[in-house]
Amino acid sequence: MVLSKKLDMKLNRSALIVAALFAAVQAVSAADIVGKITLKGVPPVEKELPLDANCGKLHPAGKPKTRFFVSDGNGGLADTFVYIKDGLTGKTFEVPAEAKVIDQKGCEYAPYVSGLQTKQKLSVKNSDDLLHNVHATPIVAGNKESNQAQLPKSKDLVYSYDNQEILMRFKCDVHPWMFAYVGVVDHPYYSVSAKDGTFKISNVPAGEYTIEAFHRKGGKLTQKVAAGATANFTFEVKETP
Amino acid sequence: MDSSKQTNWAARFAAMTVVCVLALIGIGGLVTSKGAGMAVPDWPTTYGYNMFLFPISQWHGGIFYEHTHRLAATVIGYLTIILAVWLCFSEPRRWVKIMGLAAVFLVALQGLLGGLRVTLLKDVLGVFHAALAQVFLCWIACIAFVGSRWWKTIQANPLEFEASRSLKNSFFIATTLVFTQLILGATMRHQHAGLAVPDFPLAYGKIWPPTDPVFVDKINQSRIDVRDFKPITPFHINIHMAHRVGAFVVLATVLLAWMKARSGFSPSHPLRKLSNFWLGIVVIQAGFGMFTVWFNKPADIATIHVLAGAICLLTGVLGSLALARLTHLATIHGNPLTAATPRVTQTTAIT
Repeated sequence: MVLSKKLDMKLNRSALIVAALFAAVQAVSAADIVGKITLKGVPPVEKELPLDANCGKLHPAGKPKTRFFVSDGNGGLADTFVYIKDGLTGKTFEVPAEAKVIDQKGCEYAPYVSGLQTKQKLSVKNSDDLLHNVHATPIVAGNKESNQAQLPKSKDLVYSYDNQEILMRFKCDVHPWMFAYVGVVDHPYYSVSAKDGTFKISNVPAGEYTIEAFHRKGGKLTQKVAAGATANFTFEVKETP
Repeated sequence: MDSSKQTNWAARFAAMTVVCVLALIGIGGLVTSKGAGMAVPDWPTTYGYNMFLFPISQWHGGIFYEHTHRLAATVIGYLTIILAVWLCFSEPRRWVKIMGLAAVFLVALQGLLGGLRVTLLKDVLGVFHAALAQVFLCWIACIAFVGSRWWKTIQANPLEFEASRSLKNSFFIATTLVFTQLILGATMRHQHAGLAVPDFPLAYGKIWPPTDPVFVDKINQSRIDVRDFKPITPFHINIHMAHRVGAFVVLATVLLAWMKARSGFSPSHPLRKLSNFWLGIVVIQAGFGMFTVWFNKPADIATIHVLAGAICLLTGVLGSLALARLTHLATIHGNPLTAATPRVTQTTAIT
């Protein structure tokens, strides 16, 4: 009896060591995928948001504009959702305990484009002294559409989705210019390009993947890339029909 | 005093209700034009409040339009109930009483559809809601019309029988097409995809635009609108084009009806005047349709387009009903074209 218990403990310890070693090897071999999203051509001119009186007061410096093609002026394109599309089949990933947050501030959503893992919690805040409604409009079957009221500075509304969807739209119908877009994927390997177009997908396990860059107006581009490598994408402004 | 000459206050009340329903359709149109249909996410409450107690201070943005629409709809509900009760007590014709009660059913169904469109988050219910609004408008107008002095005192003129019968068919066909056109328009509006084709008279510079994926991608990339509409699909383009074709068909059929009225009736005849009005409003309506496209669907013009559409339908329905009445009376008193001698026109018992 005592001998069997000792044997069990030894086996458990060995399993733990193997797991730790495996994780360590993986961590050592994991690498980032970095790159830059570039926009070629002259995008259409952004339009001023038609803020009402209440929202207008929150922007004394002037009305903000639409955010279809946000750029640093040097060709970098922001708000592109980049994620691993292929190469992770059969693997499962722990759902992050930490919720992602979208805030409604100044009658705009921030961030405008973000990412979320399936089943991870998404918290929608209302930092305004105004009433908003949060209308999630997924189109992938299994992701439920919802429309909820959110009073000023009230409790966050929490969402979670079971299926991958790129990109899911959140909107406010009280202020019909308010939109946020969330890329929902079933793993943690995604990123959103910054204003200069750069992005980084962190801690990607060693291997070769297909990554996709999705821009709401630019469309989608894919390329094969190994963990640790660089992937640059160039979207083109198409000729207006 | 001849009962047919007495003022029918219930019918006048119904006529007043028609004006209110038109106003409600206008507000409803504004709700869709402003993209505010979902600005109040709960129903029948408003942000958890009893809808009549929702603080005015909170009526801002899209809430203003949607909440006003709900309150105005409630007023129409009450007016309809009053009308139905009034008819039950004052109207001698059983079928008119039944029309009053049916109006209550329609308004209740309409309210329910509007509520379910919000709570079930179904755009398609918005299309039914819009179509039923038009049916309800015409229904109340018919109640007003059958209670009018004209309905009760009109005399069948046997010499106009053939012209009336021919015009009735034209009116009926054109009215059906107007209603189909309104449904197409409502389907387009409730897709929330904005203008799928932004130019007129051509469509993306062509007679009929392509709908292949490459072309649709180009369209979507170049669409910059603060309302950030849903991406355009081939379905949106096709339904938009069907609405344009529908407009030509409606215009042609109403023009045909007008020509028939012109050849069959004297210039002072009410049906001739009605046909003139109908053709005029249809032409104006086509103009509003063009302005809607040229000015990128501004809420006020798009809403007037909805209202003018309702008036087009209403005119068609009332004209068809009047013609049905005339041909019915002429049939009762004999068709002069088949009789040996024309009969003397006479006042018919109210039916």
